[in-house]
Amino acid sequence: MKLSQYFLALLCPIILLSSCKKNTDEVAADTQSTFSIEFENQVNGSPLVLNTKTYKNAKGEDFKINVFKYYVSNIKLSKADGTTYLIPESYFLIDASKAESTNITLKDVPTGDYTKIEYTIGVDYARNFAGAQTGALDPINGMFWTWNSGYIFVKLEGTSPQSTATGNTLTFHIGGVIDPNNTIRTFTTEINAANPLRVRTDGKPNMHFKVNAAALFTGKTDVSFATLNMTMGGANSVIVANNYANGLFRLDHIHN
Amino acid sequence: MLFLSIALMYACSKNEDEVTPEEKKITFSVPANFPAPVYSFEDNKLSNAGFALGKKLFYEARLSADKSVSCGSCHQQFAAFTQLDHKVSHGVNNCQGKRNTPPLFNLAWQKAFFWDGGVKNIETSPLNAITDACEMGTDIQTIVAFLKNTPPYPDLFKQAFGSTEINSQLILKSIAQFTAVLVSDNSKYDKVMRKESGISFTSAELAGYNLFKEKCTSCHTEPFFTDFSYRSNGLDLVSADEGRSHITGVASDLGKFRVPTLRNIEYTSPYMHDGRFYSLDEVLEHYNLGVKASVNLDVQLKNGIPLNTTEKEQIKAFLKTLTDNEFIKNTLYSES
Repeated sequence: MKLSQYFLALLCPIILLSSCKKNTDEVAADTQSTFSIEFENQVNGSPLVLNTKTYKNAKGEDFKINVFKYYVSNIKLSKADGTTYLIPESYFLIDASKAESTNITLKDVPTGDYTKIEYTIGVDYARNFAGAQTGALDPINGMFWTWNSGYIFVKLEGTSPQSTATGNTLTFHIGGVIDPNNTIRTFTTEINAANPLRVRTDGKPNMHFKVNAAALFTGKTDVSFATLNMTMGGANSVIVANNYANGLFRLDHIHN
Repeated sequence: MLFLSIALMYACSKNEDEVTPEEKKITFSVPANFPAPVYSFEDNKLSNAGFALGKKLFYEARLSADKSVSCGSCHQQFAAFTQLDHKVSHGVNNCQGKRNTPPLFNLAWQKAFFWDGGVKNIETSPLNAITDACEMGTDIQTIVAFLKNTPPYPDLFKQAFGSTEINSQLILKSIAQFTAVLVSDNSKYDKVMRKESGISFTSAELAGYNLFKEKCTSCHTEPFFTDFSYRSNGLDLVSADEGRSHITGVASDLGKFRVPTLRNIEYTSPYMHDGRFYSLDEVLEHYNLGVKASVNLDVQLKNGIPLNTTEKEQIKAFLKTLTDNEFIKNTLYSES
């Protein structure tokens, strides 16, 4: 304890001295810190409530959601000068039924001001065909197809009176990485340069994304549950992926 | 640092001591007449303990829903790890699957698995059989829980991977340490090809080999006796099983299946994806006169493969040189 106090005493003047010479926004390149991302699951602006609440799709059809899970991976940050940092081994499974999964922590990120973030909605090509995985990619999570190996990137299950499936179910299992049915999509968003993501040794910012589950069903093609209520990869999954590619996530704000 | 290196040296020598002198070190080596493998154990270090655990899991029937079916139930060593006399796989609750069990060997050279090539990595292959309602009818979560609570498994995982932690990744990696080590490379054919100690084909076998190279190798390519492609060999005008198109969603793949290996063919009856032919005679007669004009029939089979009686006998004589008795009887691979 005492030793660290001496260190601090020694360190403070150095920091102060150096901060006089440098721009205050600049930080040493070799320091690392942490930031977090919160994914607030919604449906058209209302909080996502599983199982009970009724929502409407773009066609005006009622539906309920029982399961909503998706992968966010290969998170890449960019600075205004164009330099980028790909967060290694960044694979996260967000599950609306598990509150703790909706707030993810990114560790050991080089400090700096980031003005752009991009990530894969789903899992990159290589990991779909790799050997046995663990963590977010563990097949135990129910997001791995065993008969046509590869990950389900986005899974939405529910019901709609309009669905012609048995039990009026909705089954949207979006995945597949081989053309023409490749559903890997990358989401990119610029961050307001006036309030960038400031990763600091003394600051652990939080990015807040709003996630609109209804984006699966509108954007490029409005989906009617009367005609499309079940897809597990293939051409119909591509329609859904093209819908959510830009509409699923929206950066709402950053707490620096 | 010095202490660390001493500790490491000690750990190494200790590990070596654990392998008793009579216990054979499990290795994976590439046969002289085989190309480089696809699976190299790079991310799954092969060890005796890992292999032993994988083998035990392979033969563990308690992993299935009704505790009646293990991997080894449908993959029997005496049948080169397919299921003798079963047209289709026979799973839990006496459920009959829809396809013939493929044999298991030389899997380290294979890029895709199952008749339709749906699974692309040897490590994730068992998940298909584990979860199929007509095979083991369970899920990996249940298996993890069972193994955590069932001695001696936690100890076996510790020996294999250094920790009593059990998860799906370690389960699958240990099974791959067993299945990828299954190499069949000691058939008479292999020994002739490697020019081992004066072994040669009989005149009938040689005639069969020459016929084979003329009529069959474009699909059943050496040394694996498959080119791993997906083709229709005209079994039916309209295939009842969609085959490869179930995976690709492409109409031109309807009714296509992976060209099966012919190694150990003497012991892997019945034949074809649905096990419709019980004998090699039936198979050869299919190519002679039985090929039907399926919509996606392979162009090379447009006119079938005309074979007279002598030619059929010669080809059969050659096919039997692909039997690897050393593999089939290797006690290293047997349930212990």
